[in-house]
Amino acid sequence: MNKPNRYSVFSLARHALNYHQDWARAWRNAQPKREYEAVIVGGGGHGLATAYYLARECGVRDVAVLEKGWLGGGNTGRNTTIVRSNYLWDESAALYDHAVKLWEGLSAELNYNVMFSQRGLLHLAHNVHDMQEIGRRGCAIYANGIDSELLTPAQVKTMVPFINLDGRQPVLGALLQRRGGTARHDAVAWGYARAADALGVDIIQNCEVTGFGIDANRVTGVQTNRGFIGARKVGCVVAGHCSVLADMAGFRLPIESTPLQALVSEPLKPVLDCVVMSGTVHAYISQSDKGELVIGAGSDAYNSYSQRGGFDSIEHALCAVLELYPIFSRLKMLRQWAGIVDVTVDRSPLITATPVRNLFFNCGWGTGGFKATPGSGHVFAHCIARGEMHPLAAPFSIERFNRGALIDEGAAAAVAH
Amino acid sequence: MLLIKCPWCGTRDMSEFSYHGEAHLLRPPAPAEVDDAQWGAYLFARKNPKGLHRERWMHAHGCRRWFNVLRDTRDDRIYATYRPGDSPPDVDAGDDNGENNGDNNPGNPT
Repeated sequence: MNKPNRYSVFSLARHALNYHQDWARAWRNAQPKREYEAVIVGGGGHGLATAYYLARECGVRDVAVLEKGWLGGGNTGRNTTIVRSNYLWDESAALYDHAVKLWEGLSAELNYNVMFSQRGLLHLAHNVHDMQEIGRRGCAIYANGIDSELLTPAQVKTMVPFINLDGRQPVLGALLQRRGGTARHDAVAWGYARAADALGVDIIQNCEVTGFGIDANRVTGVQTNRGFIGARKVGCVVAGHCSVLADMAGFRLPIESTPLQALVSEPLKPVLDCVVMSGTVHAYISQSDKGELVIGAGSDAYNSYSQRGGFDSIEHALCAVLELYPIFSRLKMLRQWAGIVDVTVDRSPLITATPVRNLFFNCGWGTGGFKATPGSGHVFAHCIARGEMHPLAAPFSIERFNRGALIDEGAAAAVAH
Repeated sequence: MLLIKCPWCGTRDMSEFSYHGEAHLLRPPAPAEVDDAQWGAYLFARKNPKGLHRERWMHAHGCRRWFNVLRDTRDDRIYATYRPGDSPPDVDAGDDNGENNGDNNPGNPT
């Protein structure tokens, strides 16, 4: 088992004496064994968190995480790092707030600073329909024990003094979740990887799954570009490519994959100390600790696996940002990118058993999976270890699409519908 | 941004069109006779292939007519557009294209 340095101010001082030359690797460069108790496909935040909780809480330490590229190189490294749990329905509120509660102790638990910052999150309302929506959702959230406040435009102005309240889509109010905020996305992947590795999990990068071993409708392992790896249980946590893996296993998912773009500006001095999102004009914005404004655009309309997206999406997002925040009009944008998001029709995830025994899927987080990373991994680990759904995950089974029991979070996902 | 050739109006900017997902989905002819799983599959399960995808578009800010597009979802290259009722053309988009994926969904004959 790997014994990494424990990070603390004392270890920092001790290593400073040696010019930081002798820090141990954060995780081993593991080579795949022939067989594991459980294999997790996908080394993003959700997959690494799943492996960590399998080892930490479920006693399953014979685990490998297979990542086709590098850790956190998919949507974990491409999102806008927003964390919140202001979802309408009881099932979602329970799952997302489970995640927020884990976020609140995560840096200490992992001994890794994930820079979770509960700076508050505003969801703006621009018309009567929006006001009714945040009123209804705000009360539902509050009734579920999650903090939720309705703000007047004047209160919004106090929090964001440079906001333009009187644009073409005026700001009529906002829903505030003070426990919402941001976290450092790369650190989440690295922190979980390091902690899982310390518990004996093998983290194997550049290992792409190309097929499944299935015998008598039971999964026996995964075929990879580094040979066959046996597994008693397999959990797939691959976001945009979940349909591709499902196709390898012989079934279909109620999911379509589209590009979702984000962009960051040049760094500024501190100007925005909360997260502001608007579903109506579709602009999300926050300021990273490096000073860059982090801006989320809408997803492109069509299915695609090209991690690229169209310029029209960016233009639309920036138009909305400039309408709300005219002071950013001369700001230069530094980088733009896209991730491939796996969208379900009800904008809620799938945490589910599949037609193949011992093969589990955790996907469909769509445009908002980052916030759920700890909770998603936590409940999915229990599903894999016990072979039955965690109570918080049970409503998110694929069966809901046959029963009509959809969990429609289009509004909470800030998606016009 | 895509340039899309409407079969009636010619090539226009993507912003004139609206997208409507996978094409050639067939509604079960006798809905009362299919079970929940088959109906759920018809309504929600999708191929979502990484490769060639046959999909529906509508010329929303033009002639407002519907048509099909054959596009590669790996690079967004459009291989053909064709009218409803027409057969999709055969194209060679290289190996590993989505249309070679196994077709095991009873609700989605192709």
